[in-house]
Amino acid sequence: MSENMEVNYSDRVRRLFEKYGISLFDKLEIRHKRGGIIRGVILPRPEIGDPDVLILKLDNGYNIGLHIENISSVRIIGHLHSSPLVEVRKQYIKGDKPPVYFLGTGGTIASRIDYKTGAVYPFFTAEEIYSMVPELEDLAFIKAENLLNIFSEDMRQSYWSMIAERVAKIFEREAPKGIVIAHGTDTMGYTAAALAFAVRQLPGPIILVGAQRSSDRPSSDSALNVIAATITALKAPFGESVVVMHGSVSDTFCLVHRGVKVRKCHTSRRDAFRSINDIPLARIDFPDKFNLLNKKIIPRKNDGIILEKDFDSKVALVKFFPGMTEEIIDFLLDKGIHGIVLEGTGLGHVAKTLIKALERAHENEVPVVMTSQCIWGRINMNVYRRGRELLKAGVIPGEDMLPETAFVKLSWVLGKGLGYKEVKRLMLTNIVYEINPRSENRSYPPLWGC
Amino acid sequence: MKIDYEELGLKVGLEIHQMLDTRGKLFCDCPTSLRTDNPHFTFLRKLRPTRSELGEMDPAALFEFKKGVSYRYECYEDGVCLVEMDEEPPHDLNREALEVALMIALMLNSVPVDELQVMRKIVIDGSNTTGFQRTALLALGGSINVSGKVIPIQTICLEEDAARRVGEESSKNEVIYRLDRMCIPLIEIATAPVISSPEEAEKVAYKIGQLLRITGRVKRGLGTIRQDLNISIRGGARIEIKGVQELGLISKIVEYEVLRQVRLLRIRDELVKRGVSKGSIREEFIDVTHVFKNTRSKIARRVINKGGIALCVKLPGFVGLLGYELQPGRRLGTEFSDRAKYWANVGGIFHSDELPAYGITEEEVERLKEILSCSKNDAFILIFERREKAIKALKAVVKRAREALDGVPEETRGANPDGTTRFLRPMPGKARMYPETDIKPIRISEELIEKVRAKLPEPPEKKYEKFVKKYKLSEEMARKMIESYHLDLFERIVEELNVSPSIVASFLENTLVNLKREGVPVYNLSDETIYEVFRLLSENTIAKEALPTVVEYLAKNPGISPKKAIIDLGLRSLSKEEVMEIIEKIIKDNMPVIKERRERALGLIMGLVMRRVRGRVDGKIVSELVKKKLGQFLSESERV
Repeated sequence: MSENMEVNYSDRVRRLFEKYGISLFDKLEIRHKRGGIIRGVILPRPEIGDPDVLILKLDNGYNIGLHIENISSVRIIGHLHSSPLVEVRKQYIKGDKPPVYFLGTGGTIASRIDYKTGAVYPFFTAEEIYSMVPELEDLAFIKAENLLNIFSEDMRQSYWSMIAERVAKIFEREAPKGIVIAHGTDTMGYTAAALAFAVRQLPGPIILVGAQRSSDRPSSDSALNVIAATITALKAPFGESVVVMHGSVSDTFCLVHRGVKVRKCHTSRRDAFRSINDIPLARIDFPDKFNLLNKKIIPRKNDGIILEKDFDSKVALVKFFPGMTEEIIDFLLDKGIHGIVLEGTGLGHVAKTLIKALERAHENEVPVVMTSQCIWGRINMNVYRRGRELLKAGVIPGEDMLPETAFVKLSWVLGKGLGYKEVKRLMLTNIVYEINPRSENRSYPPLWGC
Repeated sequence: MKIDYEELGLKVGLEIHQMLDTRGKLFCDCPTSLRTDNPHFTFLRKLRPTRSELGEMDPAALFEFKKGVSYRYECYEDGVCLVEMDEEPPHDLNREALEVALMIALMLNSVPVDELQVMRKIVIDGSNTTGFQRTALLALGGSINVSGKVIPIQTICLEEDAARRVGEESSKNEVIYRLDRMCIPLIEIATAPVISSPEEAEKVAYKIGQLLRITGRVKRGLGTIRQDLNISIRGGARIEIKGVQELGLISKIVEYEVLRQVRLLRIRDELVKRGVSKGSIREEFIDVTHVFKNTRSKIARRVINKGGIALCVKLPGFVGLLGYELQPGRRLGTEFSDRAKYWANVGGIFHSDELPAYGITEEEVERLKEILSCSKNDAFILIFERREKAIKALKAVVKRAREALDGVPEETRGANPDGTTRFLRPMPGKARMYPETDIKPIRISEELIEKVRAKLPEPPEKKYEKFVKKYKLSEEMARKMIESYHLDLFERIVEELNVSPSIVASFLENTLVNLKREGVPVYNLSDETIYEVFRLLSENTIAKEALPTVVEYLAKNPGISPKKAIIDLGLRSLSKEEVMEIIEKIIKDNMPVIKERRERALGLIMGLVMRRVRGRVDGKIVSELVKKKLGQFLSESERV
């Protein structure tokens, strides 16, 4: 038992431990002040809650909290020996199954909890993936490595570069049918977009996959998402960066979304990911049906991968709000920001109070790209006078790009170290279908069947 | 035969699950009502077993998963939210539920824990969308006094109810659940296994049920309280019987389970005497399809025509024992068949003790015995099925047959409506419980306990005194009322409405019982409906004589309001003037008789009047009015 596991208990409790020589996981017999004897194993305390309360696991499996003041005496009657984490020894043989490569970056899908300590361990060897999703044995030969172990919200530009580089190398050296990247769902869309720009002309798809319910629960969506991701790696005709997640609240199908056109639109539902201003690339019906839905794809290519992995981290994504003043823009410019993506209202507007600051950005050759907080739809800055004023102030209209995608793209374009004009040109040029010239009726989801 | 339960070492423990009557569910704000209207939408899920910390999968769980079952969940937009759908993390634990549960714990003198930790109890039969039931141990110890015997309470838990299984669609391998019930707060009270007779088991359940109802904070009606029974006898095994909904069935279930265990032990002894050992029961299955080439048995013909086979296994030394009755109508063969159905999903099996029958002839049976080389003590099991299913089924049979040599196999059983039980599933492995990391532990402070203690309901003795002294109930009725299922409703009506307590008590305890006996579906009557009827009575909108008629009508026409019922039945109360008019008319119409019989005509007139006004005006008033009017008439006619 390490010192720090007791850390969430109060000094009073620790003194009690010392007095009786108690260690965590000792089995105790405690006489309660109000009568009665309680037997249970003493567990580490979660961070939250009253540090004077001891956590005991009773024989019936329940955990209860017992306040130190209600304890009249303690006796140690045994010790629960910590069982080592599962060792998966089964050897898997390649056979004739096509290879799929798995990369771990952390998040709900790639971790498992040690129920005794509550600690979370990375969980990402091929054996562990097979043992979690035995169906994969019939589908593919899996190789896996754990690249990162971070929370989704700690993802940043330098990690995008690292993943992009690794992906390119794996395709070149291992020639898998596709690469499946386990990723926390919160920023999965950003990473998917980043990889879409950074590694192109791919021999197979890069598939980001995650879970909205953790893999330690029987109802987790992770297994089916992983199966769908593997099927995509094997059967997809495209070599794009995509996100594969549940298509509905049922465990019946998954959707493949284009990385630059996908957004997490719900905090908790398993079908949280939606294609925006585009339709999904494909749909996978279980057990193994792959249906291409979108004709506009970037096919698999074997002409050598283009790797442009650098991202400029001095880019900001700023959401406009009523009453906003120029201070925020000025602050960013003062701090030496390299580029700004604005999430404006409607067709691409912000308040008059910001115009001066935006002109200043333009004079400093700091590109400002306009996107819309409507999420769905295209920017058009010619309709209203404010739009035209903003264009005059040098704002670049971001077409039908998602704010997040525009942010990633600007960071990538700036990473190339190009001049302002070239940056502006690239921001207005479609590279990986992040800009669609046509807005199709069906790309706005009819939500209530009306 | 009189059974000496003490001699047998009978031990029964009860686990009582009672729904709490809270506004919202345990982890979300959905209403806690059960529904019968058509669901608004459904969704489909699969569950997969998670590996326990020891790297093992629960065999029963694994088996369910391998069957490839999907679960279809039926939902109401206004009754189910993303929490029940497992599409949103649980909200904070419902404080109202916590307080009601604490109240019950205090009434049982149980000691609350200082910090409540919600756990996940893994259950992957689809009855929880999450694959686990959320449950928390709230209090330890305590006791309840039943007829002078102290029954210790072991634990009191607060947990969410499971989804309601409403059917299955076997062609799609789907089990259908409805989510209206899921997540309704339940309190689970477990007694120590000290109950030593069937009657005592029922009494304890009754007493705990009464205590729960006294709080006035628990749900009532069919399916709102469920008992699990743990039953064992010396030399037998601990058998868990799940989901007993009817209190009156408990003693019978215990009685029948004891019978089953005693007889299984007898079978074991007989098998040992016959020299049967586990090793002598072999997994040797023989294809006997050819025997049934020209059979008259419909089932055999149907299965074989579809490419199925007839498969047999010999059970040495089992002759006569397969047909041995364990419980009324249930034999050892039935237990074998239950297992085959569970593990292989087959329709059923035939055992030699019941043959020839079902179109299988004497000659066919003899051929089978010959092929299996059965001696006179040997029995056999026969099944018609697709090959791999037949093999699975017979494997399950052989396993169960070997267990007959141990006596009573440990298992979870379900109660049948007649008090017998059937195999439900293997005893689950040690409950796999993990902390629910989505819910913060809850500190149960002294302040909270004191706040709840201050609101504890009156103890029964106090109530009794009040009922006799203040409400003027007879001692017998007061006693009856204290024990009554309707206790809280009685108190509410009496306290809030201006009606005679004895009328209310007599209605709840006598009228309702009589109506039920006559087959009136009184379970359709909600507390609210009954309350409303008494409100109408207190406003003199109806007469007390009309109560049975109105209530019968309401029970038979659920959904109709009491006001509407009165209109439908034409039972609106009559005003004094209206009654007077009727009496005058009747007196006029019967003048000759009245003149002849004079005062003695009172009974006749009264009868005629009552026929017209029964249920629409108090009989006492009618009698007064008739007497007065008749007197008037007679004195007038004298004068003439």
